[in-house]
Amino acid sequence: MALLQVEGIKKSFGKTQVLKDISFSLEKGEVLAIIGSSGSGKTTLLRCLNFLETPNSGKISVNNTVLFDGDTKNNMTDSQIRKNRLHFGLVFQSFNLFPQYTAIENVMLAPKLHNKKLKNGANYKGLTKPGEIKALIREEALALLDKVGLSDKIDSYPCNLSGGQQQRVAIARALALNPDVLCFDEPTSALDPELTGEVLNVIRGLKSSDSTMIVVTHEIEFARDVADKIIFMSDGVIEEEGTPEEVIGNPRSPRTQAFLSRFNG
Amino acid sequence: MEEFLSVTGQLFTGFGENCFIFAITLLAALPLGLVVSLGSMSKFKPLKWLTKTFVWIIRGTPLMLQLFVVFYIPPLASQGGFAFDRMQAALIAFIINYAAYFSEIYRGGIESIPKGQYEAGYVLGMKRSQIFFNVVLLQVIKRITAPIGNEIITLVKDTSLASVIAIPEILMNAKDFSMVGLIWPLFYSALFFLAFCGILTLLFSFIEKKLDFYKG
Ligand SMILES: Nc1ncnc2c1ncn2[C@@H]1O[C@H](COP(=O)(O)OP(=O)(O)OP(=O)(O)O)[C@@H](O)[C@H]1O
Ligand SMILES: [Mg+2]
Repeated sequence: MALLQVEGIKKSFGKTQVLKDISFSLEKGEVLAIIGSSGSGKTTLLRCLNFLETPNSGKISVNNTVLFDGDTKNNMTDSQIRKNRLHFGLVFQSFNLFPQYTAIENVMLAPKLHNKKLKNGANYKGLTKPGEIKALIREEALALLDKVGLSDKIDSYPCNLSGGQQQRVAIARALALNPDVLCFDEPTSALDPELTGEVLNVIRGLKSSDSTMIVVTHEIEFARDVADKIIFMSDGVIEEEGTPEEVIGNPRSPRTQAFLSRFNG
Repeated sequence: MEEFLSVTGQLFTGFGENCFIFAITLLAALPLGLVVSLGSMSKFKPLKWLTKTFVWIIRGTPLMLQLFVVFYIPPLASQGGFAFDRMQAALIAFIINYAAYFSEIYRGGIESIPKGQYEAGYVLGMKRSQIFFNVVLLQVIKRITAPIGNEIITLVKDTSLASVIAIPEILMNAKDFSMVGLIWPLFYSALFFLAFCGILTLLFSFIEKKLDFYKG
């Protein structure tokens, strides 16, 4: 059974329908790359998955649990939405690090807040003492920053980090909550070309550690290389879907062909 | 020498009134301004427009006029039945006036925080209140320190407007001396303001330095 199941997601802003019936599924450990021209709804789709936007209809399930159902969406409480969000992580195009916190503080903030006042019986990985929990959270944050290659920058503020380093902190921050599916929205678009490699390499590394990921990207070569599955979006629909060889190597749809020809020219 | 001491004493007594108005106004207007700014950012349209109109009227009319209104209108309207005493009237007018100015500074500060900061908090499963206190608040404080400092320094000097409803503040006393031919106390009184504002300037540059540990 698929880890993530998305069925018939529709989303309109006013009169413009941005997502028109999006369905796909993703197995645990798979990497899905979403490509498509500007305005095709890629960001909106990721925002729907992360509950920053509420779809008008459709269904989102993770691990066979329905998180969102368009028919009952009005009954969702704030705390339910917050719980749903924890199944997903989102790395933004513009990083959105918290500027007043150091790299490690950025990574630790959410886990610390979530485990601040543990109600009776609750524990964090078997620990209940605030001091021990804090120490463990810090240890985990250190490990994550090491994983993204920033062990030597843990105490730097975002303003003193390069774009690529900031984005890597943002990835560590998203990983800190152990999301089932980690989403990236054009993680390298805001970076100077010479800095994109370090971020893409981190994502490659995550693939080998079996993270389930959805990557919206304009880096076609990277998509071909890292993705198990590619979706080409056009005008709010999935125009074409398949393996990298199928979608990038041998596109069937004329729209996909036209889109890709711009990258090969 | 005796004249200098007596003038100094008079001016100090007067400046006490200024300091009192200054302190109470700050204590009340800083938090009240936050309430007003929340009103002006409310999604509930009637409240939003009511607050905006209030801020427009307060900022669009002279503080001197507001002092007159608070002091003279209640007894006229109630035909002598009710009146604030002078200091009460001054404090009410100052607090309302400064709350309106502060509220606009707060609003500017809060609205200048990029949406992405909130969204980053949301996708990490944080509550609204957690985002406000742990992510947004310090950034807002950093951004408003300079304009609030400016406003507070203006308040120091504005306190002498209280003389228009006959509160014996420092400038009124200095002017009284000039009526009997002593001009220098007017300049002397300036030193009081300069000293006070100098201290505030130092204080604010200290706070700004403290908040300078990050950029953005
Ligand atoms: N909050 C919003 N209100 C109104 N329209 C919106 C909103 N967000 C997105 N849109 C519109 O939805 C469409 C799809 O936007 P989206 O950002 O999802 O595209 P995208 O595929 O991510 O494009 P890009 O490659 O440029 O990032 C665009 O036409 C955009 O103008
Ligand atoms: Mg986008």
